[in-house]
Amino acid sequence: MLSQAAMEKFQQLLEHYPDKRAALLPTLHLVQSEVGYVSKEAIDHVAGLLSLTPTYVHSVASFYTMFYKEKMGKYVIQVCRTLPCALCGSQKILEYLQGKLGIEVGETTPDGTFSLVTVECLASCGTAPVIQINDDYYEGLNPEKVDRILEELSRK
Amino acid sequence: MAERIVFKNVDVPNSQALEIYRSRGGYRALEKALKEIKPDDLIEIVKRSGLRGRGGAGFPTGLKWSFVPKESKLPKYLCCNADESEPGTFKDRVIIEKDPHLLLEGIALTCYAIGIHTAYIYIRGEMIYGARVLEQAIAEARAAGFLGKNILDSDFHLDVHVHRGAGAYICGEETALMESLEGKRGEPRVKPPFPATQGLFGGPTVINNVETLANIPDIIWKGPEWFAAIGTEKSTGTRVFGVSGHVNRPGTYELPMGVTARELIYEHAGGIRGGRQLKAFIPGGSSVPFLTEKHLDVKLDFESVAQAGSLLGSAGIIVMDDTTCMVWAALNLCHFYEHESCGQCTPCREGTRWMSVVLERIEHGKGRQEDLDLLLDVCNNIRGQTLCPFGDAALTPVESTIMLFRAEYEAHIQGKGCPFSR
Repeated sequence: MLSQAAMEKFQQLLEHYPDKRAALLPTLHLVQSEVGYVSKEAIDHVAGLLSLTPTYVHSVASFYTMFYKEKMGKYVIQVCRTLPCALCGSQKILEYLQGKLGIEVGETTPDGTFSLVTVECLASCGTAPVIQINDDYYEGLNPEKVDRILEELSRK
Repeated sequence: MAERIVFKNVDVPNSQALEIYRSRGGYRALEKALKEIKPDDLIEIVKRSGLRGRGGAGFPTGLKWSFVPKESKLPKYLCCNADESEPGTFKDRVIIEKDPHLLLEGIALTCYAIGIHTAYIYIRGEMIYGARVLEQAIAEARAAGFLGKNILDSDFHLDVHVHRGAGAYICGEETALMESLEGKRGEPRVKPPFPATQGLFGGPTVINNVETLANIPDIIWKGPEWFAAIGTEKSTGTRVFGVSGHVNRPGTYELPMGVTARELIYEHAGGIRGGRQLKAFIPGGSSVPFLTEKHLDVKLDFESVAQAGSLLGSAGIIVMDDTTCMVWAALNLCHFYEHESCGQCTPCREGTRWMSVVLERIEHGKGRQEDLDLLLDVCNNIRGQTLCPFGDAALTPVESTIMLFRAEYEAHIQGKGCPFSR
């Protein structure tokens, strides 16, 4: 399930901790970065790698919002909805994105390019409103900036 | 400009590189400590500096370190709390991304003082760039002999690992952080035992915030008296204040503790956007009580803010102008706490849910006269009834807005809707 590079990374991870179980979150991150989400098969695989039960791995993975339980779009747009962003117009950014992409929160565009979700405070309140798309933060947003970002990502 | 400690390098181009950090005096405190200062004396120096934790609770750092037993059968650990998630707080990210070596030097000094050989930086999962910057800095520091075996030819060795969270506010709570690091759900532990005696993997553990650790190198290099002379008598040093919301210049400002809210908001952050009036501000992240314009001359230090009825917390100042509906603001934060409650303690799990339901109906014109007493009753049934401070934090926005703006709540109920347009 994991590439050779990821398996090497996994082996290095194990050396960081006195207890194998501590490598669970980093391993789930590794799996998600390769597979795109934490699938049923991924849970079984990680459980095998770390000598844990699949039920245990599921109970941990489901606690953390960053581990997706289903296939997401190529780009997951995460709109911060917490107070500092909300004071600076995050709701308008969210509505703009919904209109532009033609999807509601929690949905993915039919071509599989964009998913739209809301998240809690991203610790970037000084440059609100803020969204995160996959690994990157986009700060100080307005509709024009959103247009540019979406165009750029669509071209990739 | 006031003297800066933890932000002294952040405006320098390429400040994250080891050579830049070295050229600005980096790692000389570590070198001095390893050659000239005994570990116990380091703890004394930090005690004398008066440094208090910058994560939110403000516990004296040197005292926290001194609780760790000298001898331990199990290895001791340092957890650097980089799970910056408190709404309104965005300071640690700047240190991590712009001056990772300052943090690493602080970590190395702390570990040397306490006799720790493994440190973990628990960084919130979303800060992927920050995690990469830290990994890079650790590799650089190892190659240059500032981390790893026989640091600077001493017999001290230290490994530092970056450990990413995965999206859970509660993991900023120190025992939840350790649970998460051990590969479990981030559910806070029952205390005692306290982390200093039984923490990560069962070993004695110190958990310090990023900004706290970033203060250590200068305290060691310049001395505790120098540090204690900055700020106020009981709140020494500087603080990185993050100002967000309705101000002209939101951002992070490192200033001496004890600066007034008025100076911070009106001079540094440029005043209220659009020339409007200030209605309320939260002085220390979303978990502390709201304050109003009559509190603008309160000094932002631990004691003065507490005296004014709030807390300095994480020093994240969220500013709201006179167009802001306080029911809406409380509801927004209540949704946050409802979403982030780990679910372990019933009063918190159920209470945050019910407060959201009631606030939602008040905001949307379906409120009942008895709802305010109901909300306060829920607050009283959460307060002190949970394993960790999350429960008390969650009720704070609701309770403090009812206390300060009761008439506004009543206007929603009597007018059957929100009087503010958005």
